Amino acid sequence: MMEKIYSRPNCIVPMQSGYCPGCLHSTATKIIAEVIDELGQGHNVINVLPVGCSSMGLLYWKIDMVGSAHGRAPAVATGIKRSRPDSLVFTYQGDGDLAAIGLAEILSAANRGEKFTVIFANNSTYGMTGGQMAPTTLIGQKSTTSKKGRDAETAGHPIKMCELIKELAAPVFVARYTLNNPQNIRKAKQGIKKAFQYQLDGKGFSFVELLTNCPTNWGVEPLDSLKYMEENTMKYFEQKVFKDEEESK
Amino acid sequence: MNKVDIVSKYCKGCGYCINFCPKKLLKMGNERNMKGHFFPYIEQVEKCIGCQNCVTICPEGAIEFYKEAQDNG
Amino acid sequence: MAKQFMKGCEAVAEAAVLGGCRFFAGYPITPQNEIPEYMSSRLPEAGGIFIQGESEVASVNMVYGAASTGTRAMTSSSSPGISLKTEGISYLSGAKLPALIVNVSRGGPGLGSIQPAQSDYLQSTKALGHGGHRLLVFAPYTLQEAVDIAYDAFEYAERDRSPVMILMDGCLGSIMEMVDLPPMKELSNQNTQGWKVGYDGVKRGARMITSIYPEAGLESNNKNSAAMYKKWQEEDVKVEEFMLDDAEYVVVAYGIAARVAKQAIMQLRGQGCKIGLIRPITLYPFPKKSFEKLNYNNIKAFIDIEMTIPAQMYDDIDLLVRGRAPIFEYGRSGGILLDDDGVTDAIKKVTGGQA
Repeated sequence: MMEKIYSRPNCIVPMQSGYCPGCLHSTATKIIAEVIDELGQGHNVINVLPVGCSSMGLLYWKIDMVGSAHGRAPAVATGIKRSRPDSLVFTYQGDGDLAAIGLAEILSAANRGEKFTVIFANNSTYGMTGGQMAPTTLIGQKSTTSKKGRDAETAGHPIKMCELIKELAAPVFVARYTLNNPQNIRKAKQGIKKAFQYQLDGKGFSFVELLTNCPTNWGVEPLDSLKYMEENTMKYFEQKVFKDEEESK
Repeated sequence: MNKVDIVSKYCKGCGYCINFCPKKLLKMGNERNMKGHFFPYIEQVEKCIGCQNCVTICPEGAIEFYKEAQDNG
Repeated sequence: MAKQFMKGCEAVAEAAVLGGCRFFAGYPITPQNEIPEYMSSRLPEAGGIFIQGESEVASVNMVYGAASTGTRAMTSSSSPGISLKTEGISYLSGAKLPALIVNVSRGGPGLGSIQPAQSDYLQSTKALGHGGHRLLVFAPYTLQEAVDIAYDAFEYAERDRSPVMILMDGCLGSIMEMVDLPPMKELSNQNTQGWKVGYDGVKRGARMITSIYPEAGLESNNKNSAAMYKKWQEEDVKVEEFMLDDAEYVVVAYGIAARVAKQAIMQLRGQGCKIGLIRPITLYPFPKKSFEKLNYNNIKAFIDIEMTIPAQMYDDIDLLVRGRAPIFEYGRSGGILLDDDGVTDAIKKVTGGQA
């Protein structure tokens, strides 16, 4: 008799996600959903969705969701978590949403120590709108608005959100992971689980950055996008736990 | 003995599972699912070491994994 | 009813709390500062939540979040701050979320002036953000009226699942008057339990609060909104018609301008002038019937008096008068206040035929 060890998490709908083939937004959504199932929080979680590819979560999740304006998810989540402290509240945002238009919102929410979790998918592009340069686009990386590659002279440098947020006093967990291979996906999942657990324990603000890809707008095959991440993204954005209130005790 | 079951309707043919199977047991099929994607199949499932790399790397969670129930007789 | 001598900003804040407000997010901007200041101590006392946001944009989105959990949520600001919040107001309307927005308006456009003005009529009644949504817009002209409106604002908001606006100005926000404060309302979530997010002890299907829909869904929402706005026009108009029965001259004014105009009207009535006032209390829906039922054989002229230049209510009056009588306008702007003499002289020019 065969025992089922794994099947798709049940807090996402039994349909294909709207993401492109090989898109790690789908992977991220899957592991978050697995963590929610494992923590038994499917009935108690509220996901604040941004504007970007991850808005497609509206059609994919089977949990309470609140769609927010571009960049405003941390403010919306603040209103939710303050009103419903027992709910497990998390935002899932892309780099345009969080690190460009929503920079004030994320840094202020983190600085206030709002007791929710932010999961930040960094794929160094604006996916939904067709591949424009994002705050996290690498130097020399091409995009529809940096056709010759990002030039630091005119567009500055890719922004390191974990390094910024770890400097704030209030956050209790700040970590960056990458989803380029199974081992790293498992590490990321544990990080998300820890962030959610800290939230459930009422510890404070947690921030999990996930390095992801965009085969469509990087113009590469899915597998090559993972290679691009290893040779570029992962070199610039260090993967580590920057702050962990538990460890620092 | 382990069992890997690819739920083809979820597959988008990205090829990750094929690439990350340490034993190279997964091959891309030539059948298309409802959305028109080719999806992989497993050969010689008896060689599967149960590492679940395919399960973890699949962005769609399309690969189900089964293990022989421990003989608790 | 508890009588209290209060400042406008504080009176409207207190009334909102008594009316069930349990979440406020706002940002400093003159002349509405006393609202967040008051809420920062009063709301926690009432078991509510106060947050000073990092911007008006963040604050209105915090209200969006709180409202999605069924909490009675409010924000306030002044003119430039309201401009920043209009994206959020459009999202509140699109996501069908109740909320209270208070604008204590000041001189504009741009940084304008921190002094009072009525320069946000068009913004409030025509376009509080993109998308064509409308809000019930109330314009009190005494602090008691502001209290009564704020006390019941959330009933409208939850009935319609829409944000509601109270448009005051820096004068009303700053003057002090005696007000009768109603009792603290018993909170109940029966208006919001059908759609709010957040687990309440009963496992149910997942819920979604969003303002993005597939095309057909958005169109059907917009059709429902169109029907709602028609219903507001039929059922929710609030207006004061003052001495209109035999009026030959009709002043149209709201808020602080109507208060000043009333003085001039009573003075001129004393001198035998047949003059009256239409005072919209809801700026949207605009009181159309008050214009339609006038006897235009007697009407010699309308005088649109506002604390803004050019007059912003002019076109709405013109649409209803349809050329059956001339419409004159008089106002001060830039933060300069209207005064009795100025208004009286302006009216006399019209009644004396020199306007």
